[in-house]
Amino acid sequence: MSALIEFLDVCKTYQMGDTVVRAADHVSMRIDKGEFVAIVGQSGSGKSTCMNIIGCLDVPSSGVYLLGGRDVGKLDKNELSEIRNEMLGFIFQQYNLLPRLSLLENVEVPLMYAGMSRAQRRERAREALTMVGLGDKLQHKPSQLSGGQQQRVSIARALAGNPAVILADEPTGALDSRTGREVLKMLKDLHEAGNTVVLITHDNSIAMQAQRIIRLEDGCIVYDGDAHAPEAVVSPGLAGKAETV
Amino acid sequence: MNIMEAVRMALQNIWANKTRTILTMLGIIIGISAVITIVGMGNGMQIYTKNEFAKMGSNTLNVTIRGRGTSRTVSEADMYQLVADNPTLLSNLSPVVTVSGKVKIGTTEAKTTSVTGVSEAYFPMKSYKMTQGRALEYVDMTTRKDVCVVGNYVAQTYYDGDAVGKTIKIGQNTMTIIGVMEQQNKKMEKGGTDDAIFMPYSTAARIAQLGTLTSYVVSIPSVENASASKQTVENALYKVFRTEDAYTVMSMAQVMDMMNSMNNMMIMVLAVIAGISLVVGGIGIMNIMLVSVTERTREIGIRKALGAKERYIMEQFVIEAIVTSALGGSIGILFGYIFSAIGTFLIVALTGTELSIVPSVSSIVLAVGVSAAIGIIFGYLPAKKAARLNPIDALRYD
Repeated sequence: MSALIEFLDVCKTYQMGDTVVRAADHVSMRIDKGEFVAIVGQSGSGKSTCMNIIGCLDVPSSGVYLLGGRDVGKLDKNELSEIRNEMLGFIFQQYNLLPRLSLLENVEVPLMYAGMSRAQRRERAREALTMVGLGDKLQHKPSQLSGGQQQRVSIARALAGNPAVILADEPTGALDSRTGREVLKMLKDLHEAGNTVVLITHDNSIAMQAQRIIRLEDGCIVYDGDAHAPEAVVSPGLAGKAETV
Repeated sequence: MNIMEAVRMALQNIWANKTRTILTMLGIIIGISAVITIVGMGNGMQIYTKNEFAKMGSNTLNVTIRGRGTSRTVSEADMYQLVADNPTLLSNLSPVVTVSGKVKIGTTEAKTTSVTGVSEAYFPMKSYKMTQGRALEYVDMTTRKDVCVVGNYVAQTYYDGDAVGKTIKIGQNTMTIIGVMEQQNKKMEKGGTDDAIFMPYSTAARIAQLGTLTSYVVSIPSVENASASKQTVENALYKVFRTEDAYTVMSMAQVMDMMNSMNNMMIMVLAVIAGISLVVGGIGIMNIMLVSVTERTREIGIRKALGAKERYIMEQFVIEAIVTSALGGSIGILFGYIFSAIGTFLIVALTGTELSIVPSVSSIVLAVGVSAAIGIIFGYLPAKKAARLNPIDALRYD
């Protein structure tokens, strides 16, 4: 297996007033192609920072981030846009669909930026929406759908460009538990179909759906391993106390 | 993503905010339509002046001789000789004598009527035609007859259209009307060309107690050579007086040019004022684009996350601004034409002059250019702002 995502001593610092916040503190890890990884942590643990860096929305302050072998830290803004378009499929907590566009057009957006012809991307978008079970609602607007359905649209949008990594940021955070389970099932299916899925969440029970858990605390990795090992859900910093789920 | 795609997207966004867009475009619409109407008005005035001068004869020179207080003088015979000597540059001549006596028809005084002494050549020169009776003839000049020709307004107002053979009193002299001129203006007015009396210049000189004639109108064969013709007359007069202060030679073509340049100046000033509203309109577009960028921060974040380069975001907003101002510009052109038509109708209906407002192609080209430029200039700043947004902040924005 080749390393798809590789963090080598990645640090990210922010200036907040007088204090320097170290959101990622010498993080090193590697995610291989075809893995299903959950990055877990409380708010403030640095998981959002990691997600932004993995998603090429941000670059490390120091250290190296390699995505598919390319050093992302050396790219300029436009190259970052390009690599996001090419390599990454985003699934956001708030779905982040464009309200004025139809479902079809929403799914087409990344394909349009990839420079695909209109007919071709229409076809791709239709396929992706059919795959998530919304093939009969192509011309609907996002506001006509339930939350679960909207999240399925965003999954379709993430898939349509055939990205190397599917990056899901709290994908169930705005959903009730039943539709949340449906979405998780869909991510599992995607993984089984050979996709690399990175799931960012604060919720251990959701993280446990993944194969592997990377737990962050105060910008450092405190656990990295099998999702089903007992230590995976226990924060060492909380010394033996089971996390409330 | 090509330009057509961006235009389509821009139209979708504009359609989604119809009211706002129309209000935004209003400045551009008013500016463009005002510029078109005003420039059209200038155009129309130029055409009108040209026509009016053509009617009066733009192919004439007005010669005024003031003399220099010595016995040196130019007689009418000298003037006739000058015309005869230069057949290629000067074609005909008529002395002009302005008479300032009271004009009375019976006991009614015609206060606005002008009285002028002219030769028989004056009528063909000005293309005045008779509708009743005859024009002045050479014999009327030599015999200093107490006859006159009246304008149509005079005949209609004071004689109920039947003036030939009647008399009119000018100062102490009683003149017999021998002819009535054709109506010159569409709507006859007091003090206009139709409110005039013409008599033999010799008679007029007698009434005005004028020793030498001081004013002439000289017709020229071609307007193109107007300055050469003018020069000829000036040279001849200079030879006599040895000073340029003793005479004035004015070509009607020159007067027309002067009037046109005055017109143009006025129109320019008005157009610039109207142009200011274009700038204000442009600022309106910029304002609304800035609001739009703020409103759509999240959308910009999403698009950037999904792979939009800065150029695409930039393009999207600039094109939206251009489309907005171009739409405004088109509507402005339409209104410009409508206002011009209404204006023409009102001018004709209220004043009777044949002045029409003629929108020119150049002003339309200018208007379109300006509105597109406004789109680019005033769309650039907001678009730049949008393109520069950090995707993480934009995604977090509510």
